[in-house]
Amino acid sequence: MACRLLWASRVASHLRISVAQRGFASVVLKDLKYADSHEWVKIEGNKATFGITDHAQDHLGDVVYVELPDVGRPVSQGESFGAVESVKATSDINSPVSGTVVEVNEELTESPGLVNSSPYEQGWIIKVELSDAGEAEKLMDSDKYSKFCEEEDAKH
Amino acid sequence: MRGGSLWQLGQSITRRLAQSDKKVVSRRYFASGADLKKTALYDFHVAHGGKMVPFAGWSMPIQYKDSIIDSTVNCRQNGSLFDVAHMCGLSLKGKDCVPFLETLVVADVAGLAPGTGSLTVFTNEKGGAIDDSVITKVTDEHIYLVVNAGCRDKDLAHIEEHMKAFKSKGGDVSWHIHDERSLLALQGPLAAPVLQHLTKEDLSKLYFGQFQILDINGSTCFLTRTGYTGEDGFEISVPSENAVDLAKAILEKSEGKVRLTGLGARDSLRLEAGLCLYGNDMEQHISPVEAGLTWAIGKRRRAEGGFLGADVILQQLKDGPTIRRVGFFSSGPPARSHSEVHDESGNKIGEITSGGFSPNLKKNIAMGYVKSGQHKTGTKVKILVRGKPYEGSITKMPFVATKYYKPS
Repeated sequence: MACRLLWASRVASHLRISVAQRGFASVVLKDLKYADSHEWVKIEGNKATFGITDHAQDHLGDVVYVELPDVGRPVSQGESFGAVESVKATSDINSPVSGTVVEVNEELTESPGLVNSSPYEQGWIIKVELSDAGEAEKLMDSDKYSKFCEEEDAKH
Repeated sequence: MRGGSLWQLGQSITRRLAQSDKKVVSRRYFASGADLKKTALYDFHVAHGGKMVPFAGWSMPIQYKDSIIDSTVNCRQNGSLFDVAHMCGLSLKGKDCVPFLETLVVADVAGLAPGTGSLTVFTNEKGGAIDDSVITKVTDEHIYLVVNAGCRDKDLAHIEEHMKAFKSKGGDVSWHIHDERSLLALQGPLAAPVLQHLTKEDLSKLYFGQFQILDINGSTCFLTRTGYTGEDGFEISVPSENAVDLAKAILEKSEGKVRLTGLGARDSLRLEAGLCLYGNDMEQHISPVEAGLTWAIGKRRRAEGGFLGADVILQQLKDGPTIRRVGFFSSGPPARSHSEVHDESGNKIGEITSGGFSPNLKKNIAMGYVKSGQHKTGTKVKILVRGKPYEGSITKMPFVATKYYKPS
């Protein structure tokens, strides 16, 4: 647990942002966008990188397998394109934006645990070429996403 | 992530673990926290970082602050303490409690030496399994048994119905359900050394399957050298008012090496040990013969029968069962319950009933049923996960060698 909090602070200081530390220290980064299915997106021009959030990996537990799509596959916003498997359960990963897969993180085949230890950096899942830049407007910013997670957790 | 609800993910975890009584689970899916029963250790779990989830009508810890993988590895390296107070312990007493129980289970209860027990199966008229249970003959007039939490209502109704009929014919049997006691499981290489600190009785003389009533940490406990992990260990039935103190004492004596361990790791451990989970690997329509538990059917019982469904089971013993439970290794994503098993030509030959990633072996393991004839170790298969076939092979169980404490 200590090393996760350390990682959270390191990421926070590296990105020079403030971080909501709550209980299990779920990290929400300010310059990313978020889907309500707990994926984060980093948009750089016409390309988007995404993965699952710290909140998601924390609830999921140890990731043991990541099902990656083929490069060239089209994805659409809200559609499932792959899966993340933890010790106990499988969860679909939904694409937060529409486009075409241009790169997948092959490292996850050997080291699926990167999704847990580094969900925003080494644990990125796919890179996509956007087909509709406007779609990103539908996503949540970091404040909205933090609130969303709190509300979800409070339900149970 | 599916549907934007991680609470649903937690529920899917619970569904995977709690298939033992599907009716109970679906009721509990929408239950508020107030509906769930709490064990004597509930507050203790929360104070230790337990992530509580609904399980068979109880609020139980699925894990604590360490991950399920770390927890599973720690059990085999050091030890684990599980709260299994949700399971149902009961005593059958009376002059005829042994012949009575023999009408309901496949074990040779009469042949058990006092103070010894065994895994057994409660059968139904079709030879299928109502539940699996560890039964112990304390004396000829006292049997102590533990049944699954998810099957409690079903099992108790079944036993009560048969007990009424038995008594109406003049049989002397009565029961007591031990709701005043809590069951803890202490498993792993440190289980015996740690527990020895808390009792004057010489535990080196208590072998696998044996039972004793003794003082542990100042209270009278029922102690069975058994478990659900494949490791050496004990199940301790302690008066509920002493359960927290006992748990604290065990953790303290181990200097932190024995960790509180939740249901997530418990499932990984029993899978590694090749043990059935009722509701997944054993169900109403599966017989003990098909499940590979022929060894649990007493020799005398195989000749005499006298338990529910004996005609079906004895026939299967003669002809061989049509399906058999086997272990699997596989590549790709872990094979899960209900994944189809195909032969190399793509014909369906069976189904997975439990599976997951083994933290100790660091590979996928699974168990399931295949057609007899296709069940030999080494048989290459294809397992369908989310519609795609992955390479697999049939293997013997347990996947991780067991360490039961037996006389040399």
